[in-house]
Amino acid sequence: QSSPSSPEPASLPAEDLSTNSSGPKPAEIMLDDDREDLFAEATEEVSLDSPERDPILSPEPASAITPVTPTTLVAPRMESKSVTAPVIFDRSREEIEEEANGDLFDIEINVSDPEKVGDGMNAYMAYRVTTKTSLSMFHKNEFSVKRRFSDFLGLHSKLATKYMHMGYIVPPAPEKSIVGMTKVKVGKEDSSSTEFVEKRRAALERYLQRTVKHPTLLQDPDLRQFLESSELPRAVNTQALSGAGILRMVNKAADAVNKMTIKMNESDAWFEEKQQQFENLDQQLRKLHASVEALVCHRKELSANTAAFAKSAAMLGNSEDHTALSRALSQLAEVEEKIDQLHQEQAFADFYVFSEVLSDYIRLIAAVKGVFDHRMKCWQKWQDAQVTLQKKREAEAKLQLANKPDKLQQAKDEIKEWETKVQQGEKDFEQISKTIRKEVGRFEAQRVKDFKTVIIEYLESLVQTQQQLIKYWEAFLPEAKAIA
Amino acid sequence: QEGSDDGPDFLSEEDRGLRAINVDLQTDAALQVDISDALSERDKVKFTVHTKSSLPNFKQNEFSVVRQHEEFIWLHDSFVENEDYAGYIIPPAPPRPDFDASREKLQKLGEGEGSMTKEEFTKMKQELEAYVDLNTTTFFFLNMFLCRVAAHPILRKDLNFHVFLEYNQDLSVRGKNKKEKLEDFFKNMVKSADGVIVSGVKDVDDFFEHERTFLVEYHNRVKDASTKSDKMTRSHKNVADDYNRIGSSLYALGTQDSTDICKFFLKVSELFDKTRKIEARVSADEDLKLSDLLKYYLRESQAAKDLLYRRSRSLVDYENANKALDKARAKNKDVLQAETTQQICCQKFEKISESAKQELIDFKTRRVAAFRKNLVELAELELKHAK
Repeated sequence: QSSPSSPEPASLPAEDLSTNSSGPKPAEIMLDDDREDLFAEATEEVSLDSPERDPILSPEPASAITPVTPTTLVAPRMESKSVTAPVIFDRSREEIEEEANGDLFDIEINVSDPEKVGDGMNAYMAYRVTTKTSLSMFHKNEFSVKRRFSDFLGLHSKLATKYMHMGYIVPPAPEKSIVGMTKVKVGKEDSSSTEFVEKRRAALERYLQRTVKHPTLLQDPDLRQFLESSELPRAVNTQALSGAGILRMVNKAADAVNKMTIKMNESDAWFEEKQQQFENLDQQLRKLHASVEALVCHRKELSANTAAFAKSAAMLGNSEDHTALSRALSQLAEVEEKIDQLHQEQAFADFYVFSEVLSDYIRLIAAVKGVFDHRMKCWQKWQDAQVTLQKKREAEAKLQLANKPDKLQQAKDEIKEWETKVQQGEKDFEQISKTIRKEVGRFEAQRVKDFKTVIIEYLESLVQTQQQLIKYWEAFLPEAKAIA
Repeated sequence: QEGSDDGPDFLSEEDRGLRAINVDLQTDAALQVDISDALSERDKVKFTVHTKSSLPNFKQNEFSVVRQHEEFIWLHDSFVENEDYAGYIIPPAPPRPDFDASREKLQKLGEGEGSMTKEEFTKMKQELEAYVDLNTTTFFFLNMFLCRVAAHPILRKDLNFHVFLEYNQDLSVRGKNKKEKLEDFFKNMVKSADGVIVSGVKDVDDFFEHERTFLVEYHNRVKDASTKSDKMTRSHKNVADDYNRIGSSLYALGTQDSTDICKFFLKVSELFDKTRKIEARVSADEDLKLSDLLKYYLRESQAAKDLLYRRSRSLVDYENANKALDKARAKNKDVLQAETTQQICCQKFEKISESAKQELIDFKTRRVAAFRKNLVELAELELKHAK
């Protein structure tokens, strides 16, 4: 069995779809960090192929909230693949820990300064990614790099490959948009392309912020390389029409078919419940998102109509020969013009504060569903191994009767092999289930926080708009009263 | 001069009940008319016209009759066709009420009461209230029509008007059939062509010349402003509807969520509901104060233009009669007839000119007052809602 050593950043090819990739560097790094909270949140990473895994997995959820002492656990296998020390918790205690601590990492990411690089169809937008942190796993406290959109996609693809099949919810990257990008490339300097760039910039920022909040992903060397190193190998396989792109599409189709054929005996009610909940949540969020998008659209319309009305009122004021009324009408026109500006700003707030976060969460939930699917696949693998083992045993029994000693030995070997595989499958399944439980807990806590913040921010924007409206109308009132 | 025409004040009510309309006439209780009720039947709407009067012409001091929209139109047309009234601005006819949409919804509401969930029912009711609000435009126009007629010193004495107010049987006025509508169409075309010819004639009187130019320009601009204002009000209503949907989505989220955010969601959904109500109110009020005002003055300015047209027409007739008289005198034939014609035309013209002048001045005063009132109220309402 060969498994790769802990992946060196530069050497990990982007299309490494094997399940042999593993987690972060040896645990010594964790010791350096003053993130006690991280330890309390039991990050578990296991290399799927490491044969020495068994001694490391402590017996089932029992006891101690022992603060991790990675050295003792890691020592026996220093030479092999990177594994962090698993810490097993009581499920309820886990949840309490989650809620109490949240994800408190001292790292702040900004995406800014979109800049067009190059010309024509080969042009692209480069974004400045600035990181401010006190975490010692980074070389500096504050640094920034230039990245382009495909770099982000490349990062996501690497992270997803490495972590999703283990049950970690990897935040999805912003979506591609051929139309939007083409406009930018062609160089149209109109408001729709600036809006597009701004939308993308904000989305990229949110994506990175969400990713670094995840304690496990934060450890990933690829992520670190993305944030730190000034040169990054170009991620060509993110293009939709590349070989890897087509492979992805084929895999997606295969997955979809598989999902329909796998009928899993769900022994754990928690998973069933959660899946149902996520389905509901998905539907609700989609409805809400549609309504908010309609709101954005209508508010933009309102703004345009108000502007048109303002002009019209001004004209009316001009033709009115009663001076005071004429002046009042002109004032009305001015007020309406200011209001139209106000409406436009509110529409922006509607969009960026509310609508975009909703769409982020809709995609996140898709990622969560993906993780549940991985678990199903894992289960299937385990079951298949059991079936094969059974067949091998039957074959061996037949051989015994037929009395063929040489083939018998081979059969016995195969049985051993498959027994291990079955054990492996079972452990994998349990592992992924555990990870998912934790991840879902974390996701829920995060979701609650995010939604609260978003809604509060949005409501504040609404209040502000109203206050401005008050000011404007109060200024107008005396003018109207002054009409003799 | 009698009665500055104050626009009616609307009180708001939450149910399908109507807004009580107070008409404020300076000439106090001599004649007060309003619409006190409306009933929507299968395919028509019946309005209750309520009159309070101390005039001797009426048998009682206070009475009500039921009228339909066609009867209002009949009354209006009778004014227009009456030669004696050529010198007055005829109050514009109220536009045909659009009750169809709300009637449909009402029916659905009635039918579905058992089958819909409570939320759906309330939602529909809310949307329906919006429609009732819209219909206040209809009431506004109807009332303005009645009040203007009642306040006008000459028109209020019209016999048809009295019949309209008092006769409590159906006036058996049928809507115009196709033939008549076609006739009307041609009449209008002829009129506008004529109007173009007639407007070429320069008016001796500066006042009227000035008024004409002013009115033409004003009319166009009011039309423009009215359309834009309508669009704006509709956008407001759309935003309010969106708030409604967002509120219900948040509510659904809140009831389904298991974490402690559910209470939060429920609260926010309540908030959105309230906001929606207010936004709907804003749009309704804007509609009322601004859009209706503009719509009304669009029509009034059209009526004023019509007056000017009639005057110009009579001027042209007068001049033609003069020419005919000269010709007749020259030929010494039918002189008497020509003279009489000329006299009639002359009288007509002068009569029209006199009253027209007064009417136009009134129009201006009314307009200024109405705009002032409505703009002030608009601003106050916007403030109230924003707060």
